[in-house]
Amino acid sequence: MIVQALTLTLRLAVMVSLILLIVGIPLACWLAFSPRRWKFFVEALVSLPIVLPPTVLGFYLLVALGPLSPVGRWYQAIAGHTLAFTFAGLVIGSVLYSLPFAVQPMTTSFAAVDRKLLQASALLGASRWRTFWRILLPLGLPGVLTGFVLSFAHTLGEFGVVLMIGGNIPGATRTISILIFDQVEALDYAAANRSALLLLALCFVLLAALHGLRRHALWNLWDWR
Amino acid sequence: MSAASTGEELSVRIRKSFAGERSSSFLLEVEFTASPGFTILFGASGAGKTTLLDCIAGLQIPEAGRIAIAQDVFFDSAARVNLPANRRSVGYLLQSLALFPHMTVRQNVQYGLQGLVSAEREARSGQMLESFRIAALAGRRPGELSGGERQRAALARALVMRPRALLLDEPLTALDAAVKAQIVDDLRAWNERQRISILYVTHQREEAFALGERVIALEAGRIVSQGSAHEVLHRPELETVAQLAGFENIFDCSLVAAHPEQGTMTCRVSGSNLDLEVPLSRIDRSRRLRIGIRAGDILLASSAPRQLSARNVFPGTIERLEQRDMMVIAAVNCGPVFEVHVTPSARESLQLRKGSETWLVVKTYSCQVMQGSG
Repeated sequence: MIVQALTLTLRLAVMVSLILLIVGIPLACWLAFSPRRWKFFVEALVSLPIVLPPTVLGFYLLVALGPLSPVGRWYQAIAGHTLAFTFAGLVIGSVLYSLPFAVQPMTTSFAAVDRKLLQASALLGASRWRTFWRILLPLGLPGVLTGFVLSFAHTLGEFGVVLMIGGNIPGATRTISILIFDQVEALDYAAANRSALLLLALCFVLLAALHGLRRHALWNLWDWR
Repeated sequence: MSAASTGEELSVRIRKSFAGERSSSFLLEVEFTASPGFTILFGASGAGKTTLLDCIAGLQIPEAGRIAIAQDVFFDSAARVNLPANRRSVGYLLQSLALFPHMTVRQNVQYGLQGLVSAEREARSGQMLESFRIAALAGRRPGELSGGERQRAALARALVMRPRALLLDEPLTALDAAVKAQIVDDLRAWNERQRISILYVTHQREEAFALGERVIALEAGRIVSQGSAHEVLHRPELETVAQLAGFENIFDCSLVAAHPEQGTMTCRVSGSNLDLEVPLSRIDRSRRLRIGIRAGDILLASSAPRQLSARNVFPGTIERLEQRDMMVIAAVNCGPVFEVHVTPSARESLQLRKGSETWLVVKTYSCQVMQGSG
């Protein structure tokens, strides 16, 4: 049971952090460099999940993914079932819920890259694309990695949103944190302890690795092209 | 690329408002052409020099005007042309140099050569590293270089692309004289072969003199004077340019007497009893009269000098003495306080100290009469 929940959790975390890597980098670039006045609006929207109770986000997602919304109906028409209470629905919810944890460190570290370096790159004939790959991304890499690891770890520990939109289906939506809740409800404290300890250790190792990496290894990462 | 050797002219006409030093808004409005070779853009900070270079390079967009090299138009507000910076092939050495910190010197220099096959890229960067004497440092990162080495790396990086014009924003200000002179020599040698227009921004008079085939003085967004370094810097018509041109001593004065038969006049420094004998000039009494004297043109003597051609000899007391690089700066109180520059060896032989008595000697023709607009 715990193995099944663990694999599911890890699968979810890997998918969510990879999606956030792909979605988060362009979003963070835009937030760091766009001169638009209404940027603050998007910034607020992105950081909303930090303060919002997971139940609020979960509730609206449940409605949006279910047969009551056009999106939910459209998906149901194609797939034959709703997104709610499925692994795919869980991924969508987790991506939204972990968005600020990925985007904020990336934005900070892109914004900290000296604009003069980006100008120098253009003056040397580089396109925006080349400037991104050769200058902005390598120099912003610490923030990108931080965002990746944080969103991964945050997804591991997520509970409320998962419960709201995923429910508790073994093998499909029952993650470790849900399992722990189940075990406690069933008064099986020994099993809950094992699951909790596993999650605790996993998160600790991840964060320790992140902070360790930050201290020295990142300069060497610059060597890759 | 081949065009560079024929020597193309850079022509600039720009109007742009920009934020000045004290966040007040200035209007930059200039028009000039720069032929191949060095052209010095000379002016105080906040005069609009950097804004001007940014516009030429394509980092900022002027409100109106036209920028072109030979027949190629980079910017033309009337024709709605605005080539982005990465397609102008203008070399621009930013004041901060902006070397890429995560790349070695070689990678930095090769950055602009993306379109070439690797053999050619190696050959060209290698040659450039040689001509700027940094081949031995090719494997280092910018953080491991000295100030002068960083300048050389940034120059090599800009020039290896064979730009059609080169813009330098006070690139050598922070370097000591010897290193500076050597880098300038290397740059000159390089330009003998390439013949491109080099716009060199500085606010240091010495630098303008050392480099300038032609000097353009800029103030508050406008060209106030242009010509040879001597014309612009030695006989300033406008007080503002003179102040920039490094008159360390500028005194408000009033005319006491004119001596047309001797070609001189006597002026009293306001708020003192000190009379200066200065060259006879046409004076407009409605305008403020000032006398400028360069600190390096003043002599010091340990005892009262006799039988001297210089007309201005005053006793004084040394109030302050400090050494900067190879120059000793003394503040001598003779009523008004004069700033005087002497060599360290002169300080030794005259035994100059704070509080010691000294004599100050100024030739009549070292006194520059200026009349401001106010």
